[in-house]
Formats: sequence, C-alpha cells, structure tokens
Amino acid sequence: MTTLAEDRKVVEQRRSSHVVAETLFRFRELGIVFALVVVVAATTIDNPNFLSASSIQNLLSGAAIIALLAIGETIVIVTRNVDLSIGSVLGISAYAVGVVYRDHPHVSMAVVFLVALGIGLACGIVNGAIVTIARVPSLVVTLGTLYIIRGIDGAWAGGNQVNASMLPESFNKIGYGTVAGIPYLGIIAIVAVGIATYAMRTFRTARDFYAIGSDPAAARLAGVPVGSRVFLAFVLSGGIAGLAGAFWLSYFGSVDAIAGVGYEFQVIAAVVVGGVAIFGGSGTVLGAALGALLLNTINSALVVVNVSSFWSQALAGGLLLAAIAFDRLIALRVAPALRTRRRTRG
Amino acid sequence: MDTASPEPLLSLEHAEKSFGAVRALADGDIALFPGEVHGLVGENGAGKSTLVKILAGVHRPDAGRLVLDGEEAIFDNAKQSQSAGIAIIFQEPTLFPDLTVAENIFVGMQPLKRFRRIDGRRMRREAAAVFQQLGVRLDPERLARGLSIADQQLVEIVKALTTNARVIVMDEPTAALTTTEVERLFGIVETLRARGNAVLFVSHRLEEIFAICQRVSVMRDGRHVLTKPIEELTTQSIIRAMVGRDMDALFPTTPSEPGAVVLKVDRLTREGVFTDVSFEVRGGEIVALAGLVGAGRTEVARAVFGIDRSDAGSVEIDGRRLPPGSPTAAMAAGIGLVPEDRRQQGLVMDFSIERNIALASLDTVRRAGLIPRGAERRFARDWALRLQLKYGKLTNPVWTLSGGNQQKAVLAKWLARKPTLLIVDEPTRGIDVGTKAEVHRLLSELASQGVAVLMISSELPEVLGMADRIIVLFEGRVMREFARAEASEEAIMHAATGIVEDAA
Repeated sequence: MTTLAEDRKVVEQRRSSHVVAETLFRFRELGIVFALVVVVAATTIDNPNFLSASSIQNLLSGAAIIALLAIGETIVIVTRNVDLSIGSVLGISAYAVGVVYRDHPHVSMAVVFLVALGIGLACGIVNGAIVTIARVPSLVVTLGTLYIIRGIDGAWAGGNQVNASMLPESFNKIGYGTVAGIPYLGIIAIVAVGIATYAMRTFRTARDFYAIGSDPAAARLAGVPVGSRVFLAFVLSGGIAGLAGAFWLSYFGSVDAIAGVGYEFQVIAAVVVGGVAIFGGSGTVLGAALGALLLNTINSALVVVNVSSFWSQALAGGLLLAAIAFDRLIALRVAPALRTRRRTRG
Repeated sequence: MDTASPEPLLSLEHAEKSFGAVRALADGDIALFPGEVHGLVGENGAGKSTLVKILAGVHRPDAGRLVLDGEEAIFDNAKQSQSAGIAIIFQEPTLFPDLTVAENIFVGMQPLKRFRRIDGRRMRREAAAVFQQLGVRLDPERLARGLSIADQQLVEIVKALTTNARVIVMDEPTAALTTTEVERLFGIVETLRARGNAVLFVSHRLEEIFAICQRVSVMRDGRHVLTKPIEELTTQSIIRAMVGRDMDALFPTTPSEPGAVVLKVDRLTREGVFTDVSFEVRGGEIVALAGLVGAGRTEVARAVFGIDRSDAGSVEIDGRRLPPGSPTAAMAAGIGLVPEDRRQQGLVMDFSIERNIALASLDTVRRAGLIPRGAERRFARDWALRLQLKYGKLTNPVWTLSGGNQQKAVLAKWLARKPTLLIVDEPTRGIDVGTKAEVHRLLSELASQGVAVLMISSELPEVLGMADRIIVLFEGRVMREFARAEASEEAIMHAATGIVEDAA
C-alpha cells in the first residue's frame, strides 16, 4: 500500500495528462472561434464595413436559423443517426404558417407557433417511428421523408406564394427587430443553444443519447431504452425544425414550395464542422452552433470581398473535409495519451 | 469452510434454451449462495454463456424456473435483471468509449439533484470512493476510450458495486488479463465474497477455480452434470466430468500413409495473438488444432492463409515459402480455407448456390474475361453432385440451404480448386448429425487421396476420431502434440487448460 499522499500525487499527474488530451478534444470549439476571428479580421481589413452593426446583425440572423436546426440535428447525430428531412419540415411548416395568416389574418401568434411546432413534431414522430419500429437506417428513412414532405408541400402550395404583406407586422418584426442592436432571432438562437448545451450535459436522457451513439449494443446491455430514446431524438429534431419554419418565414417574409431546400446539408455541415462526431457519441450543441456561425460568416465574407458564391460552396466543402481530417488526426494523436500504462496493485 | 446459508440468493432450475434447431441449453441448473464464489466450468459449447445470458436477462429461457430470494422471477430484458440486483461482467467489457469513467459507472442511474439534473460532483465523488475502497487508482473523469481490458473490467465491477448488486456474474473475466491483473481481480472477488455477495465465476482455467471458488458446477452438452464443494473435487475429477462421454463410433477411419510434408509452419508469431507456433502437416494426414476458444487456433489458420499478417516466422507449402499476408498467394499455392463462420466468411449469402460454388474457381470457368452462365452452372452442378448437396434449384440463393448443406457448398467451393492443403475451421459446428458424418467421411476421403488437412475443432470426440495428430494450443502457444494413439480427452483438456504434465 502506498500512502494517501503518494496516491494523490499519482492521480494528479495522471489528471494533468488527461487535461491535455481533453483540451485537445475541446480545442475544436476554441478552434472554431479562432477561425471565426481570422475570417472576420481578414475580411474587415479588406472592407471595414464588414464589422458594421447592420452587417453583424445580418450575420447573426442568417446563422440563427441554421443554428436552431443544428440543435436538433446534433441530438440525432449524437445517437448515431441522421435526420435529412429537416429542410422539408422547415419548408412545409413555414408554408403552413403563411397559409394560416393569409386565411385568418387576426389569429394570435401563439396559435401560429403551435401549428409550426405541431407539424414539426408530427414529422419527427413519423421519422422516429419508422427508424425505431421498422428498424430501417435513418439515412434511408429521412431521405424518403425528405422527398415525401417536400412533395406534399409542393402539391399543397402549387405555384402560390405567401408574402410579407399577408403577414402581420408583429410577426414580421421577429425577423428584423433588434434589442440593443442584437436581432431577435440571434437572441432566440443564443438562448436556445445555451439551454440545449446545458441540458445535453445535465439530464439522464441526454446522456443516454451519448451512450447510444457511443455503443448501441452496450447501451442495450446497460438497460438504456434505446428505441424510445432514438424516437425522442427524432421528435425533438422534427419539433425544432417545425419551429424554425415559423422563424424562417418571419425572417424572409415570403414563402413558396421551395422554402428550405438543401438546408439539411448546410446544417449537417455545420454540425460536423462544429465537432460532432458523425458516427455519434460525442460533440456539443455549442460546437454545432459555432459551426453554423462560422460557415455563415465565411459565406458573407466571400460576398464582401467579391468572391463568387460558387467558391463559398467549395470552401464550405473544403472546411467540412478539413474538420473530418482534423478529427482523425486528433483521434490518432490522443489515443496514446489516453492509453493507461499497466499498473500493479496499490 | 462452508460459509453458505441454506437459502440461495438466486437459482436457475432446469432451464432450456434453443436457437432455431440448435439446443444451446438442455438442462441448466445453478444455485448461488451469499458469501460464496461459485465456479462454473465446461467445455466450449457446454452452455455456460447461454446460462449467463439468461441470468443477465438477455435471453429468456424456453422452459425452467428462475428463483430470486425464494420467489420465481422473469427477466424480459437486461434492465430487469439489473434492478433485481444481478450484475454481469461480460468477457468483453461493454463500456462507452466517449463517456467518462464516472459516467460509465452510473449510466442510467446517475445521482440527481434538484429538477432531475445529474449531480456530476457526487457522481465523481462516489466513483472515486469505490475505487479507493478497492485500492484501485483510476481517474473517474477520464474518458473510457483507451482503457486497458483489465481497467475496463474494473469499471464494470465498480458499476456492479454501485448498483448494490448482490449477485455478481463474471463470464471468463480473466481471459484477457495478465498475471498481476488476475491477482488484483481475485483480491476484489474475495472482497465481494466477504461482503456477503454471491459470485458466479465462469472460467476455463481450473487453477483459478481452485484458487477462489468454494463450490463448483460442471456443465456438458448444455446440461448440468455436477455441483460439489471444492474440497470434494480434484482437477482430475472435474476434467472427467467435463468430457465424460462415450466415444461414438461415428468416425470413418481410412488409413493412409502420410506422404511428403505439405505445410511447414515455422516459429510463426503474431504479436499478442500467438507466439512461436511450429508444426507440419503431411500429405494424406489430418492434423487437428485443439484448444479452448481464444487459444489462437483460428488466428493461426488465418495467418497461414495470409488473411492476417504474421510478425515473425514462416509458412512453407511444398518447400516454397509463402509471402505473409497474401491470401492470393496462399490460394495459388493450393491452400483452401473453410472458415469458422460460414454465413459471414464462407459464403455470399445472397448469391445463388452455383455462383457460390464457382466463386473460387472463376479462373477455370472464365472464357475471354467473361463468365458464361452455362459453364458456371455445369461446373457447380458437377460439384454439387459429388458432394451430394441437397438443394432445390442451383439458382436459389445459398441461404435457402440448411446449415449442413451450406457447409457442403463451402467445401465444394474449395474442393473444386483441388487443394493440396485444406484448412477447415469448426467444420461441423451447428450442423445435423447425418451431414456431420458425411463431412467427416469427405475429409477422410480427401486425406486418403493425399490432401493435407488441417482441422480446427472444439469437439474433442471429433478431434480424437478424425485426427492423425493433435496439436494443442494454450494462450497462443503450442502446449503439446499428441499422436493419435497417445491422445485422450483428459490429456487434451489438461493441455488445453494449461496444466503442464511431466512427460511420462
């Protein structure tokens, strides 16, 4: 038996080596912030207007909707699944909100948001049920519902459009209003990301998501209700996408059948760039939201420095690959640090 | 020192369990008493793991009773078994690599504070306290990724302790441990016992059973054979109970004169898997690789065939050295491999029977770079006929065949290449008795035609009945080599469990 003091010393030494390893894991979020600073600084040198109040407001509002969607997508991806249908869910929810206002101009805002939430939850329930009950891979299921929901949206909307003049001013204001210079949408996203980040750390159900994504078979052996947790993840993702539809409409002011097309890929790119492992088990909502902000900032920056928007897509793709390469590199680097040395009994 | 109270904490009575046509457990019976370590031994396939999984709530028995604290209990899933106070430590620990050690310990049972939030501080404190009690230094805040198997097992044990489990089941916990780690584990098991827990200790290693158990149960062919206090048992009597069955006269003996050396394995080593393995197989000879699961038999075969690269040593066929790590070269040199897992490795389950049979012989069937369907079918029909394959249509997917006929299809695939060395890994696992005898006849016919056969089998009667020579592996090393005449089930089991005998 070693003395307690020696014990403590050993544990502390070990802890310090883990701190290095863990910091490397968390380095991701710092890394995104760093990249963000570099992009903003470089662009501002080229064009000082990039840091103007209105420009920052635009950046935040633009990133807000992707960041909201990224919350739900992070939850799903952490469980080693994926939700490709969120763009379509956002689209149909936005159109439904528009139609409600067009046909009942004096309806209360609460009702409108309930409609958006309800549509999102319904879509999430369908996704979750097929994935967990029929045991079909979520990639295929949500690819299917992506097209089905978009199809229904298209059939419903036809060539029609709901525009800002049909929406009440109070609703439109959500999209452009500010408090102390910060757009409402930005505040909503920051609060939501904060709550979700905290919840994902603090509740049993949320830790179950991580356990499932880390090793589904072990989760089952440990008595984690895998099916109902995965179902819940899809319902949450659907619900968030539904709400995001209402916010989307308030921001853009008009909606037709193609609202939100392709959003799923922007969101997944943001989530992966933000350090959420695509095979589940690790990553944070905060990281995903920062990823959304970074990608959106790069988009805007390229416009400001007069680079064609085609390049911004290529750059987003490049960043995605860089993020994955970075993950791999870190994993390889960190593995030896995490491996315990053989010890004899104390 | 019989410390047991008369009332068992947990008992399983006359449990049965079948998987399809395979009967894994015919009569599972065990009673676990508080303050007692109960050893469970038996050969591979004796039904130990099935019994453990029933206790774990992973499998539901088809018949029989599970009695907990004198009352009948039914476990539908792992959670129910857990909340009944049963903790299972599986051979392969099942931790979450992305979660911290403390989180792994408390998964699903994290201590809560107000508003059902997880109390992270208390969680870490409690984990650290248990580690200290056990005299283990492990940081509860580190990620589980990268922990050694021994430390992973420790985490599982601590998990069991924090759930206040009264019954702790360890399924071959020492299989992957070093000697010092085993000692540490024994210390912990002793602590558990002293606290009044019931421990079920499943192991192949008889020395370990004698070191820590107070009572031993033996299983054979899915049945409970005996349960006795350790004082009434000897190594001899346990081994006799493990193997004690009559030799069936199922085995054809086609005597053949061994020819030239076909396969020469010299000091083959793959680090951490097997070490310094040397043996020869002559033409016309059947050589068995015996040993327990995990002794490295399949791994040696894979290295000979070049699926896994060896780190040292050489493999020669007919005196020509094979390049390591190349199945293509092995096939060109005339080796065929009938793998252990025919569904995953032996066959392409969704391909038709004819395509599976012709798969390894496409060079023969191919005409100008194309594969004519007619030629493929004629080729497959010929071999299906020679092996008396029972099938509906050759175009049916191969999964429509019964297990035994699937195995024949794999054999046909390799025999069609006219191999000089055929490696068969568990050739008769999970197939019916009739087909089993046919496979045996086939192997011995092959040998009589001069083919060298290397057979891996966990069934001792098969090993004794078929093989001309028997090589016993233990923990990746050649333990002993027997000629047919000097081998017996007892002697093989001795060698396979690592008991060194004086050469008589």
